[in-house]
Amino acid sequence: MSLRFILQLVGDAHPTNLPMLSYLTKRLLISIPTLIAISIIIFAILALAPGDPMGEFATNPNLTPEVRENIRISLGLDQPIPIRYLRWGWAFIRGDMGYSFNSRSPVLDLLRQRLPTTLWVVGSAYIVSIFIAFPLGVISALKRYSLLDRLVTTFALLGFSLPTFFTGLLLIIIFSVQLNWLPFIYNSTLRVTDWASFVQQIKQSIMPICVLALYQSAVLMRFVRSSVLEELNQEYVRTAYGKGLHDFAVLKNHILRNSMIPVVTLIALDIPSIFTGALITEQIFRVPGIGSLLIDSIYRSDTPVVMAITFIYGILIVGFNLMADFIYGFLDPRVKY
Amino acid sequence: MMNTDKGFGETWRRFRQDKMAMLGMVVLLLISLGIVFGPLFYHTSIDTIDFTKATLPPSWEHPFGTNDLGQDQLARVLSGGRISMTVGMAAMVVAIGLGTLIGAISGFYSGFGDNLLMRLTDLFLALPQLPVLLLIVYLFRDGIKAIAGPELGVFVLIVLLIGGLNWMSVARLVRGSFLKFREMEFVMAARAAGARPRRLIWIHILPNVLSIIIVAATLAVGNAIITESTLSFLGLGFPPDVPTWGRMLFDAKDYLTSAPHMALFPGLAIFLTVLSINYIGDGLRDALDPKRNN
Repeated sequence: MSLRFILQLVGDAHPTNLPMLSYLTKRLLISIPTLIAISIIIFAILALAPGDPMGEFATNPNLTPEVRENIRISLGLDQPIPIRYLRWGWAFIRGDMGYSFNSRSPVLDLLRQRLPTTLWVVGSAYIVSIFIAFPLGVISALKRYSLLDRLVTTFALLGFSLPTFFTGLLLIIIFSVQLNWLPFIYNSTLRVTDWASFVQQIKQSIMPICVLALYQSAVLMRFVRSSVLEELNQEYVRTAYGKGLHDFAVLKNHILRNSMIPVVTLIALDIPSIFTGALITEQIFRVPGIGSLLIDSIYRSDTPVVMAITFIYGILIVGFNLMADFIYGFLDPRVKY
Repeated sequence: MMNTDKGFGETWRRFRQDKMAMLGMVVLLLISLGIVFGPLFYHTSIDTIDFTKATLPPSWEHPFGTNDLGQDQLARVLSGGRISMTVGMAAMVVAIGLGTLIGAISGFYSGFGDNLLMRLTDLFLALPQLPVLLLIVYLFRDGIKAIAGPELGVFVLIVLLIGGLNWMSVARLVRGSFLKFREMEFVMAARAAGARPRRLIWIHILPNVLSIIIVAATLAVGNAIITESTLSFLGLGFPPDVPTWGRMLFDAKDYLTSAPHMALFPGLAIFLTVLSINYIGDGLRDALDPKRNN
């Protein structure tokens, strides 16, 4: 999307587009120092930690002290922390995230290998949870205090209180151990080439996706419900009914349009948390995604990988926050900046 | 004013009408009583290793079964509950304390300080919580163990971290309320009568914000229990010989085929505790809501 197109969109939605644009520019400019601050914090945590930042090189008995010193210099670890940070930052901006201490391959390559799996699991989970949460949340708000509403709110609170690691273990006990329907270890070498392997892929993804979707749909459902409830008592809804509109027309054209503004914003704000939430799920089912790469790298003191992934999570959070601001301003013409 | 005027009795009357919240209260009370007094009556040791009794299913002798080392699971669930609950409460105190302090200062004195504190809040909200938590615990736990001992050190580290990464929403809520109340007539009147800022904050504004803080505090306990269990589940919590609910699940995940009961009881303990807390929190929110009138 070109800038001009965006300007046009904004211009169409808002007769006075200047304040909003300047607000968004301001937000964009604030997000840069935020990102720098996040990267400094993570870098400082890693650099100030007791123990050797070289990870396994430091303890490898096959290396002589001279070789070790050379590796240290080649990694730039002989320099003071601020210099190391600046070098890291400059390299990161150019897309160079350094080399993994453990596998010796570029961090970027590792991420490229792992990202599709995480996106597949997280993405499908999110889509499933939107499809569950959205209709149930709306219906339960419309039929407040009905049996269905009570079921939905109970389900939401259950899903919200079940820690994902327990849900994961429960699903494994029920569907893998007792019923023997689904495999409980994710096979990353599986390639989808034909129908059988596709079924295989679905079978091994069901449980991780369900675990994430259960939690996520619980969160979303509560939000959709309260957001619709908020609008139900508004004057304009009564007016719409009063002028003789059908229930569905009122719902579609009036209630949903308004109640979806906070929901869409929340979804944008919430997406980064499902990535970090996937950490645990990937660990339980041994899904070889970004989250399990992070945990393995933390255990192996693989500093470059840890730094890159943690910072990418930070970028996701800041980026989606920005997007939420943009969406909010775009959807809600009442918002004044 | 808010329904703090109507007093405790009114809130309690409304709370009692919420059946699920009352049920949550009863369940949480039972769990707490079990954790506090259970070990006084149930004398089975938590750490006697007996391989001849490994991974036994529940029986009269071991109501929750035994783990892979033959240790009694019921005793471990009770003792783990003490740790999980203590961590939850302590982390809640840290989070609510920090959040209230920062929110109150920021909302009461606007200007440069407010701006700075809100930027700090935004920054903390933008940090990837779980990865940062994992990272700090992993990197610094050996250091703090050397200073404060293996159990106390990890306890302090985990409580400070969970609290220190969860104060932001409270700070925002408290700040919002302070901004609102600061401009209200009764506060203006007190200010005109010569009340100092400290008195205005503590005596005039804070009691009105209390209902928000109470609800947030309730939910924060549940959140902290889940976070601690998550850490333990990833093997990054307390040392292996200290049973916590999350740690027991971590140990159980390798025996899902032969001993599913090992995962079931500690998992249920976490679930029931957090569920009860969330129901109580929801009930309190409704009971304390000034907009609700029956």
